[in-house]
Amino acid sequence: MSPSMSITRALREAGFAGLVAAGLAFPILTLGTEMDQSNRLVLEQRWSWMAIAAGLVFVGRFLVLAFARKPARAAPHTGARVLSPALAAALPRAGVIALFLFPMVMLFWLGPQGSLKWINNYGVQILIYVMLGWGLNIVVGLAGLLDLGYVAFYAVGAYTYALLSTHFGLSFWICLPLAGLMAASWGAMLGFPVLRLRGDYLAIVTLAFGEIVSAVLTNWSDFSNGKAGIMSIPRITFFGLPFNANENGFAATFGLEFQAIHRTIFLFYLILALALITHVVTLRLRALPVGRAWEALREDEIACRSLGINTVNTKLTAFALGAMFAGFAGSFFAVRQGFVNPDSFTFMESATILAIVVLGGMGSQLGVALAAVVMVGGTEVLRELTFLKQIFGSSFDPSLYRMLLFGLAMVVMMIWRPRGLISSRAPSVFLAQKKSVSGTHVQEGHG
Amino acid sequence: MSAPLLSIQKLEAAYGQIVALKGVDLDIMPGEIVTVIGGNGAGKSTTMMSVFGRPRASAGKIIFDGQDITHKPAHEIARMGLAQSPEGRRIFPRMSVLENLQMGASVDGMAHFQADLERMFDIFPRLKERIDQRGGTLSGGEQQMLAIARALMSRPRLLMLDEPSLGLAPLVVKQIFDVIADLNRNDGLSVFLVEQNAFHALKLAHRGYVMVNGQITLSGTGRDLLANPQVRAAYLEGAH
Repeated sequence: MSPSMSITRALREAGFAGLVAAGLAFPILTLGTEMDQSNRLVLEQRWSWMAIAAGLVFVGRFLVLAFARKPARAAPHTGARVLSPALAAALPRAGVIALFLFPMVMLFWLGPQGSLKWINNYGVQILIYVMLGWGLNIVVGLAGLLDLGYVAFYAVGAYTYALLSTHFGLSFWICLPLAGLMAASWGAMLGFPVLRLRGDYLAIVTLAFGEIVSAVLTNWSDFSNGKAGIMSIPRITFFGLPFNANENGFAATFGLEFQAIHRTIFLFYLILALALITHVVTLRLRALPVGRAWEALREDEIACRSLGINTVNTKLTAFALGAMFAGFAGSFFAVRQGFVNPDSFTFMESATILAIVVLGGMGSQLGVALAAVVMVGGTEVLRELTFLKQIFGSSFDPSLYRMLLFGLAMVVMMIWRPRGLISSRAPSVFLAQKKSVSGTHVQEGHG
Repeated sequence: MSAPLLSIQKLEAAYGQIVALKGVDLDIMPGEIVTVIGGNGAGKSTTMMSVFGRPRASAGKIIFDGQDITHKPAHEIARMGLAQSPEGRRIFPRMSVLENLQMGASVDGMAHFQADLERMFDIFPRLKERIDQRGGTLSGGEQQMLAIARALMSRPRLLMLDEPSLGLAPLVVKQIFDVIADLNRNDGLSVFLVEQNAFHALKLAHRGYVMVNGQITLSGTGRDLLANPQVRAAYLEGAH
């Protein structure tokens, strides 16, 4: 390892970095517009913001240059893991147990009012993205088909439940499999035209597909009620027992005092079950010929063809299955919100889910779950940082800076873990001993 | 004389506007090793690849075991007992050696996977040592062995090898060609071999074809072609 550079040189380089930051911050942070009383925009100058940004960059850069050892560029890191293998093996089981206990612990600790935020905003919200991440992981991580329009299937699932329940009065438990089926058939439908496409071209077509679905939902008002969306979607029931204060409701039937948290806890366990089903199905499929064919397809399509693998079926099943899980998640979303409109299914959502898969390490189930916790949990944590208002003024809303978190996470990952949080791939079978070779031994972009 | 196992008749194929094959005729008898040699861009690999439908034949016929396979999809062709080890090996780099072999056996539904696996270990002992290792971490020679073993896992009647010597050390090339000769001698496996390494290929093969510019210009037994002055001048002088 090369020692850190001399203090003077570090100061000089940090000063340069600070200048660049100041230059960048000038148009973005220093100049701002505010509406005055007569609704005119006035230019506001916030020199202190620029100073803070430049100062932070200067100090940070100086510390990195002067004291941190150089990033191991000379000796490419030899697959040093964040997690030791033993821990990586124990973590999923512990995680599942912790998730089962989570709502109860929160309930006893913070009471029915205080725990609502934690179970809903953190628990349910993160688990939705874990499930979506795992679903997309089949398409992107395993089969290697870059899908930028995944949110379309989420929307299909959500609208399937919303429309079937409001128009035909079908219950959630009937609509859930229907939504999955519907999304899966849309997945196969997208699959057909893109069979011949790969890489960038596939990405563009799937991106367009996502936009088309959202445009149709926005503009076909007779069908989807346009931008206004579909309201008063029937809420979740406990297998027929509604979560309300009536005498035939859930609370009365089980002799409990009625509380709104009951529904949230049930939703939590429901999405947990759905996510775990996604996970188990994916794990099972990976050990079956179709799952192996997905991975082989990701590795080398030409080799697949010469080995007699039906690449058409392989791609279509990957698209359809990935879409199916998004459909499940979509109908869950609709039943949780009680309201859907096209704003929930923008490209931003696809990007978030894809970022979760990529940051997690493509194909790694645990990595995807961890990345969902970081990305979605991180956004929620930003909302909590109200003390920042004391520094930046009362108009400062930390949750608006979630994009910054995205960018930061991406940059940090690209530097330290370019293959995602968990980059080693465990073989689905092994003879002598289970070895998971880290991704660093295989050429970048080829595995 | 019995019917050929693979018969390519007046095959034409093109990549867009560029015509790669201009009427290729080629026969492979059961139990034969046949090689196609020729310079870069002569159309050797294209001939082999068009058997699997990429590129599709624009004219002519490909007949395998008496059946016209010219317009069949690749996975059906593989099911008939044809296996290919493509140019550049194309093993699955992130999958383990065992998983690579599984992919080769998937055509016949892994019916005799265990027995075939043992057989591959006999033929290529190196693969046994590397069995749980990632394909991408193998050396070039080991990757070529894996590519051949993977193709053999489907119990093919005809094995098609595209440039198995590509980028390998002479000693490894010899090893691999010895294996091919053994497979042919002991199991009666028919082999279709496309090679730049004309000397080794002609020494190994029963018969050979010389290809220039998308056409077969010469054909004969391996020994005859090795002795042919034209072949010697074009492909062998200074080559070994």
